[in-house]
Amino acid sequence: MNAVKADVTPAPLIFTSVSKRFTAGNRVVSALQDISLSLPLGQVTALVGPDGAGKTTLLRLAAGLLLPDSGSIATFGLNTAVAGEQLHRLIGYMPQRFGLYEDLSVLENLNLYADLYGISRQDRQLRFAELMRMTNLQKFNQRLAGQLSGGMKQKLGLACTLLNRPRLLVLDEPSVGVDPLSRRELWQIIALLVQEFGTTVLLSTAYMDEAERCQQVVLLDRGQILHQDAPAGFHRLADACSYQLSSPVLGKRMLQQRLQGQPDLIDSVVQGDAVRAVARPGSRPDWTVIFDDTEQVWVTPVPPRLEDAFIMLLLARHASQPQIEAVHFLPNGSRHLVGQQPAVIEVDQVDRWFGNFQAVKKLSFDVRHGEIFGLLGANGAGKTTTFRMLCGLLPASNGRLRVAGLDLRKAAAQARARLGYMSQKFSLYGQLSVKQNLEFFSHAYGLRNKRRLERIAWAFQEFDLTDFADSNSVDLPLGYKQRLALACALMHEPEILFLDEPTSGIDPLARREFWTRINSLAAQGVTILVTTHFMEEAEYCDRLLIMREGDILAAGTPAQIRSSSQTADQAPAGTMEEAFIRLLEITGEANG
Amino acid sequence: MNAASQRLLGLIRKEFLQVLRDPSSLAIAFAMPVFLLLLFGYGVSLDARHVPIGLVVEHVSPESRSFSAGFDYSDYFQAHYFRDLREARQALLSRKINAIVHLQADFERRLNGSEPAPIQVIVNGVDANTARLTSGYVQGVWEAWLNARAEWQGLTPVRAVQLEARVWYNSGLRSRNFLVPGLIAVIMTLIGALLTALVMAREWERGTMEALISTPVSVREVLLGKLIPYYLLGMGGMLLSIGMAVFLFQVPLVGSLWVLLLAGSLFLLAALGMGLLISIAAKNQFVAGQIAIVVTFLPAFILSGFIFNIDSMPWPVQLFTHLVAARYFVAILQTVFLAGDIWEVILPNALALLLMALAFLALALWRAPRRLE
Repeated sequence: MNAVKADVTPAPLIFTSVSKRFTAGNRVVSALQDISLSLPLGQVTALVGPDGAGKTTLLRLAAGLLLPDSGSIATFGLNTAVAGEQLHRLIGYMPQRFGLYEDLSVLENLNLYADLYGISRQDRQLRFAELMRMTNLQKFNQRLAGQLSGGMKQKLGLACTLLNRPRLLVLDEPSVGVDPLSRRELWQIIALLVQEFGTTVLLSTAYMDEAERCQQVVLLDRGQILHQDAPAGFHRLADACSYQLSSPVLGKRMLQQRLQGQPDLIDSVVQGDAVRAVARPGSRPDWTVIFDDTEQVWVTPVPPRLEDAFIMLLLARHASQPQIEAVHFLPNGSRHLVGQQPAVIEVDQVDRWFGNFQAVKKLSFDVRHGEIFGLLGANGAGKTTTFRMLCGLLPASNGRLRVAGLDLRKAAAQARARLGYMSQKFSLYGQLSVKQNLEFFSHAYGLRNKRRLERIAWAFQEFDLTDFADSNSVDLPLGYKQRLALACALMHEPEILFLDEPTSGIDPLARREFWTRINSLAAQGVTILVTTHFMEEAEYCDRLLIMREGDILAAGTPAQIRSSSQTADQAPAGTMEEAFIRLLEITGEANG
Repeated sequence: MNAASQRLLGLIRKEFLQVLRDPSSLAIAFAMPVFLLLLFGYGVSLDARHVPIGLVVEHVSPESRSFSAGFDYSDYFQAHYFRDLREARQALLSRKINAIVHLQADFERRLNGSEPAPIQVIVNGVDANTARLTSGYVQGVWEAWLNARAEWQGLTPVRAVQLEARVWYNSGLRSRNFLVPGLIAVIMTLIGALLTALVMAREWERGTMEALISTPVSVREVLLGKLIPYYLLGMGGMLLSIGMAVFLFQVPLVGSLWVLLLAGSLFLLAALGMGLLISIAAKNQFVAGQIAIVVTFLPAFILSGFIFNIDSMPWPVQLFTHLVAARYFVAILQTVFLAGDIWEVILPNALALLLMALAFLALALWRAPRRLE
């Protein structure tokens, strides 16, 4: 090593043609192939990509928790294969579930990590005070970590990691399942770290708006880097391809339906009251062919965003998605008649206690026939508890619940026969093939003979599962597992469909397809109740309820909720996410 | 304080806090041992006492009455009288009684004459163990009566040779004295292997192990951080068991306490080593619990000589018991409690325990993952 180079700080992280394989049973899964990557000092890099792309593996390799099969990884010039303790002093790593001991209090967790990092008693007080100021956790010092909200857990996990003052911070999906306000606070902390300590940050995220804030974005797909650039570089890929469309006549959902399957368009999503469409690069969609003058469609070119490029790059690599027969909505206006339809789900003053913890507080709402109704909220807001009560899986402590006109206290089994339920983890039999799963569920729902065969054939065709008929469901890609689970829930043609976090962990492509399907089911008259922690998915619902700590934060149509966040000095929020944060600030809960 | 000991102390403190706050750990560490001790101390007994027996006396006479009185006043039997054999058989079939003693109508005539006077004994052989005990006891009553009768008539006993049995070390033949010490091995297996395997698996399941490995802590410290708290907990369980055995169940402790504690430490280290090894193989609590029960808890129960005598097992099973650490410890426990510090028994068994403890701990340290795979 020569004298000139010794002065230069080595890069925080360098991957040199790194490959990593795992063996699962007798199959070898290639998680990462030939990854080369270098992180610039003092910058924030986001790792994005579909589920199963290898993000977590890459982060674990970076933190020295795994070793590469080939290639090498250097952190500040130290080879992770040989450096031990020294490496762990430089890197702070926060795993997906924050790595907290849930039966220890906030302070006990901090003390444990301080001991592990070898921080002396005197230093400890200073650092604790500094981290408490950063995270606003001082009031909860004595509370058990397991009893913190998702957002507070995330901040505590981060505080434990930061005790060491790491020079490289590695975070695995730090914001998943966390409410928008906590997400915003997380980013404030990260900005502060970079500014004050020059920390280098590498994180993975499912939120494109978070990736947008980073200096570098790495798009990973099936173990390979698809593209790596600054957000602006991604924008250039999708330059002059993005449009915003609105029509007072058609309404956003019908507008989006009309755009689907257009050869020149690769993507369309509902955004606020309008629809955002992305054209195939190089093409100029002829809007006059798609819409006629009476429909009064306004088209405005809008600047590209990261997600547009993301979809563009992924679509180019993935096999074409199945075409879902576009179901045409009833003429505009008739969907507004939903309000006059009978209520199929009625929740009246429902409480649910677990010991002395109240998970659901005096909840009341109703869902009408043919409606898509959303239950939104962060982890721990009470969504899943509400859901289980509605499915008759959990009795309410107080109040009245009716589904399809049946009181769940008296006729839970009859009510269940009329609803389809898809649970968070999909509840499939992993060791049974796709065909066997469908056969089992059709039996379980009491289908016989001809009708049973018809429904199984329908599932294969409708969900494009024929190629996988004999594969065990455990081996299916996540998106296909979700399709199979939905097919099983629809076996008996239920009039009500309950979907618990159907899109959690599913990549943006599969999510879009899923919502198209749900829209078409709703148009056929199926009532749909869905939970999600993705605020942007609220726009797909006719009406929704935002829950927080077992209470209703807001209820109404997406537009009503956005406008309810309007204050004297602020215009209404443009997105559901902003609306959520504003509502929290208005109700004064922002400071806990 | 140096960094390594600070890390270790932090881990130990954390472990104790977790045990105290987790109901399932508390149940395994404290509730289960007390429950097992009460069950085996009071509930389970291998002795045959108050065995229900049916007496059929066809012709009541002074002789037959004095014979049947032997059953009436025996602690071992509870006598029920039947008019004829048919009735008694019915009772035997419905398991109301375990055996029938039948005196025929000519019992007294034959006894006083020169012909042998037969007594028919029918034993329900479904439970072979109880059947053997019962027939032995019936014979005992019969012999005692004959001797008493001979003495009373001023004659010499009929038999020339007489068995004068004396039981050493557990003279009351109380099975509790033998079960309760052996139970200590089972209880320590519960804490050492089952609880340790479960809490390690929990760290993997909840993702805390991932966070631990990413700190400067070493594998040795993580293992010691489990070993020390559960060693202390296991020894606590042992002291509790010894206390209950001596003070509640009145089991004599003939040998010395320190020998017990030393042997207990060796056994506990072997159990902890097994628990840690299991947790390396099984990273979720359900599988870890299943393996721990099958490879440590059940063998400690069945193959250790705690209940079932190893010498009466078929030889392949006997050979296999040499792999069960509890076997050596049970031998030491029963000897020290009932017979005293018999070094010929203690030393070889302690040596076996030491070797097993070293082997398991070394294996655990060697196989413990330094990274996530």
